[in-house]
Amino acid sequence: MFRKKITSVLMASALVAGVLAGCGGEKAGTEGSKDSGGGGDTIKIGANLELSGAVASYGQGIAEGIDLAVEEINNSGGVDGKKIEIIKVDNKSDAAEATNAAIKLTNQDKVTAIIGAATSGNSVAQAQIANDNKTILLSPSGTSPNVTVGTNGKVNEFVFRTSFIDPFQGTVAANFAAGDLNIKNAAIYADNASDYAKGLAASFKETFEAAGGKIVSEESYVAKDTDFRSILTRIKSANPEFIFIPGYYEEVGLIIKQAREMGITVPFMGADGWDSPILVDLAGAEALNNTFLTNHYSAQDPDETIQKFVTSFSKKYSGKSPDAFNALGYDSVYFLVDAMKRAGDTSDATKIKDALAETKDLSLVTGVVTVDEFHNPIKSATVLEHKDGKQVFKSKVNP
Amino acid sequence: MEWIQQLINGISLGSIYALIALGYTMVYGIIKLINFAHGEVFMIGAFVGFYAIAGWGLGFFPALILAMAVCAVFGVLIERIAYRRLRNASRIAALITAIGLSLLIQYVVIYVRGAQPEAYPDALSNKTFDIFGVQISSQSILILSVSIVLMILLQFIVHRTKIGKAMRAVSHDMDAARLMGINVNTTISATFAIGSALAGAAGVFFGVYYTKIEPLMGIIPGLKAFVAAVLGGIGIIPGAMVGGLVLGVVETIVSALGYSLWRDAAAFIILILILLFRPSGIFGKNAREKV
Repeated sequence: MFRKKITSVLMASALVAGVLAGCGGEKAGTEGSKDSGGGGDTIKIGANLELSGAVASYGQGIAEGIDLAVEEINNSGGVDGKKIEIIKVDNKSDAAEATNAAIKLTNQDKVTAIIGAATSGNSVAQAQIANDNKTILLSPSGTSPNVTVGTNGKVNEFVFRTSFIDPFQGTVAANFAAGDLNIKNAAIYADNASDYAKGLAASFKETFEAAGGKIVSEESYVAKDTDFRSILTRIKSANPEFIFIPGYYEEVGLIIKQAREMGITVPFMGADGWDSPILVDLAGAEALNNTFLTNHYSAQDPDETIQKFVTSFSKKYSGKSPDAFNALGYDSVYFLVDAMKRAGDTSDATKIKDALAETKDLSLVTGVVTVDEFHNPIKSATVLEHKDGKQVFKSKVNP
Repeated sequence: MEWIQQLINGISLGSIYALIALGYTMVYGIIKLINFAHGEVFMIGAFVGFYAIAGWGLGFFPALILAMAVCAVFGVLIERIAYRRLRNASRIAALITAIGLSLLIQYVVIYVRGAQPEAYPDALSNKTFDIFGVQISSQSILILSVSIVLMILLQFIVHRTKIGKAMRAVSHDMDAARLMGINVNTTISATFAIGSALAGAAGVFFGVYYTKIEPLMGIIPGLKAFVAAVLGGIGIIPGAMVGGLVLGVVETIVSALGYSLWRDAAAFIILILILLFRPSGIFGKNAREKV
């Protein structure tokens, strides 16, 4: 769901050299740095997050999740008797600032690991720094494949993520359509202007055809289009039983509204790009009935781990129901701590990253995690259904 | 049946273009200025209508009239502030000012309220009629009728009223008109007021029909309306109507043939072809009175 900012990333990398000089002048964090390397009585973990700027709600959500997890761990005695200390830096939703923040955290605060950033672009901006300084970088919600795999196709040794990757949602949607809904003929209507949508469409097609289904119509639109009626007429005449629309809510809302007006009653499905309250405003609650989306997690999931998390989260944050970002932030801390425990070391990043790469069947709030060779977690995704304008938990689909 | 449906789709899309193109072509007809800020007046109209319906709870028609009134004043202000001083400057200077103004309005709106889109409330009930398997929505019939009525009204104003006569005179020869005792400034202000009110109306209809409005929504429809106006013969009121409908149908046919990603390109290829082979457009006669 997070658009890549390749240009900003390139610029950021070019800026790194200049920034290194400027960084020394910055005021040291009040958290202090008693001794380097995290070998003291606390484990220092950096949080490089979007606490202000365009996607501040993502970063703030992750920060809340992190705080809850750290509080729980520290109250139950910490890791190996050491307490976790989180050093938060605001990257202002900007790739260059994210790079600056990563340099500050690695060189000045000497953290063992950095949790961040919320978007793929801001995570990619720090990957090189994390690798060079042998510091773990764990992106809670960067879903683009190139967060953990560099442009040269090599895996970034020290970079991991807590979320699944974009194309995986296409796989989940295909399994859900072929399995739960028992669909044989599907259509794909994808946003041609985004890699996110194209990746999802490709993986949906592959999985759906492998499951014996047939793609009867494949169409595309371009972001910012407003009139979809002529393509929908084409799709309608191909008679699909199901339409997959990977894309963002701005266009998806209009597509569903226009499709329902034209008498297309079949189920629609999409991914986390649909997850916005504006979708309901655009499409209308009634048109959204019989539509599904995949997401990282649902607070309504009856799963015991999730309900425990929901209860303690709403206790800490005065009744607030945790969203996917809260859950991913929370999980990121437990994911790291689990690796530290298995590595038997809380400060040696090389040992911890080996342990992270070997993670198997770790039960977290957003699913049971096994890390694959590309440092991507293999985990379940949640399918939600729209009912009268509300997202309702439908089922959990395993990879 | 699919092709009849596509034709209907094309006509509904085209009537939106026609609605915007009417105001465009009218301003051009009188003062020979391509008012690129027209798309932004359209956007302002959509937002005024939105705040009137969602914020103050007005009904559809009061909101439509309010949006038209606000846009008329806005259009007059634009002319007074930006274009009047350039009336005797070269045409390229006025054109560049119009483009600059269009960007200025877009980004002031973003600065004031942010770039996020807004969903138009359901102010106008929408029924879908099913005629032999072809779906026609009541809203698209309404939009088509509104454009036709406005076109007839404009023709009437320009050809049958006193202000219309003044407009035609100003369009013909500004200095001679002034010598004959016509108040040129008032006439041009009136032209902008009417053209902008039409853009405002188009904005509200667009919002209701397509639901999503945002500060940059005027760019593409504005350009398409420009193509429609040129296609029909810029400055000719029925030409804008026909140009809009033709453009809408052509775009829809391109999509229906499976080349949806070429849809916008098709519109601009039409523009280039028309400018190359018939610059005066479908209805244009060579350099006669253009109103």
